[in-house]
Amino acid sequence: MKITQLSVFLENKKGRLYGAAQVLGEAGIDIKALTIAESEEFGVLRMVVDKPQEGLKALKEKGFVASITDIVAVEVGDHPGGLADVLKIFNDHDINLEYMYAFVEKNADNAIVVFRFDDPDKAIAVLSKNNIRVLGKKEIESL
Amino acid sequence: MIFNEQAECLSRSGLGELQGKRLKELVGRVSACPGFYREKLAASGISTGSISSIEDIRKLPFTSKDDLREQYPFKMFSKKIGQIRELHVTSGTTGNPIVVGYSQEDIDLWAEVIARSLCCAGALPGDMIQVAYGYGLFTGGLGLHYGSLKLGLTVIPCSSGQTKRQLKILHDFKPRILACTPSYALYMAETAREMGISAAEDGWEIGIFGAEPWSQAMRKEIEQRWGMSAIDIYGLSEIIGPGVACECHYKKGLHIAADVFYPEVIDPKTLQPLAPGYPGELVLTPLTKTGMPLLRYRTRDIVSIDYSVCKCGRSSPRISKVLGRTDDMIVVRGINIFPSQIEEVLLAIEGTEPHYQLVVDRGRNGLDSLEVLVELKDSFFSDEIKYLQNFENRIAKEIESVLSVGVKVRLVEPKSIQRSEGKSKRIIDKRNI
Ligand SMILES: [Zn+2]
Repeated sequence: MKITQLSVFLENKKGRLYGAAQVLGEAGIDIKALTIAESEEFGVLRMVVDKPQEGLKALKEKGFVASITDIVAVEVGDHPGGLADVLKIFNDHDINLEYMYAFVEKNADNAIVVFRFDDPDKAIAVLSKNNIRVLGKKEIESL
Repeated sequence: MIFNEQAECLSRSGLGELQGKRLKELVGRVSACPGFYREKLAASGISTGSISSIEDIRKLPFTSKDDLREQYPFKMFSKKIGQIRELHVTSGTTGNPIVVGYSQEDIDLWAEVIARSLCCAGALPGDMIQVAYGYGLFTGGLGLHYGSLKLGLTVIPCSSGQTKRQLKILHDFKPRILACTPSYALYMAETAREMGISAAEDGWEIGIFGAEPWSQAMRKEIEQRWGMSAIDIYGLSEIIGPGVACECHYKKGLHIAADVFYPEVIDPKTLQPLAPGYPGELVLTPLTKTGMPLLRYRTRDIVSIDYSVCKCGRSSPRISKVLGRTDDMIVVRGINIFPSQIEEVLLAIEGTEPHYQLVVDRGRNGLDSLEVLVELKDSFFSDEIKYLQNFENRIAKEIESVLSVGVKVRLVEPKSIQRSEGKSKRIIDKRNI
């Protein structure tokens, strides 16, 4: 149950983040979660959106460099140690985590965190075995 | 086959001796004939007595493109116009064009050096050649024509254009050799595809391409699309036209006919000679021409030169593919840099021509910095910063290995590099020098 992340290349220049957000807004794309990773001169905006393929198309049409990647969205207990419990599972099973970020919205009482793995399928199998709920595309769209 | 073994396989000392002797004769010729050079040489006190070896060429003045424009139309000629057999005119963008005049000896020389070039490229007497260079005031078509006759080829004088007819001739006559500009070869490949002609089956075996700068990446594309060996030929009308230098099948530089065109590579700023291997401006002296003699003609083309004997057996020195024009040169930390060197590196990495820009700046410590902006393309975008940073570092390393100057590479968004008249503005120099 992988979900799709939309990533955009941004130079660290005034107005570029706004530009990307505006393109998505005009295309009627709803941003559910986002994070920006930066180097000295450029950044990568990573987002979970309701319609990633349409978002990709809209951004490319406006000349942005963008791509989509498989990521995994996981329910994490919204209490102290909730995230640590999940990270421990990755650690115990030698699962290589590239990066992660959290949703603003909650699913009932649980927080939602997205993870980028080099092997998402293996990660999903391990999570399921350990009774951690992995969210599907439909659930993300309806948040 | 080597067309003129005596001339093309001379020992270094034998070549130097011959060049020295011919230079002395050349100085004698231009001094004897009223006009441009006689006045110039007399003013600086130079006569045949000043020349005892080829090294003495450094005593002679340079000649520039502007000199030739100012002598329009016939004032550079050392023969009466009635003794000039052929005229060619180069297209000038500003002011007068340059007119070049060939005596009968010059036309014979032209045929000779083109015949050498054709053999160098792999042609043999009896082969059929399709000459798709323009015939006319431009020197490409007729030059290849004369040389082909001299070598004993069957010439199809197609000239350029009428692409469908060119391809029908290719299909029906099956010539082994093509001569044209590299961009026209690619254009014809596209038309062949539309016409349903199989480039691999019907294509020429050897292509001799020149008259415009082209990269190694373009060579690869032509060779793949046509299934041919693509050979670079170099020349300029002022010297003789194509045939000044040509690659052999090893493609490790262009063999220059140094027994008749004496090459120097100089620093275009200081005008001092550069050691073999270092890129600089190519300066040519046609040692034996009689219609329009030239002394130390500054070509504005950037090449390096290699005097080692080639695997093909020829000892004639080899010049590199043209790396750029002197107008494009920038000096960073004392090293001459040409955008084309960076372009070659990027082409090899991307597989296609990317847009880039060089930004030169001088830090407070007085050191120059060189930053290369490269537009990022979809195909190598990643959501991971470290992947992109590794990509930047890889490009920087490859550029540094070619330039011997440290660079910083910065990925930028597509179309963010300013374009002027379709071409990107390649160099931004922020130093106040
Ligand atoms: Zn060779």
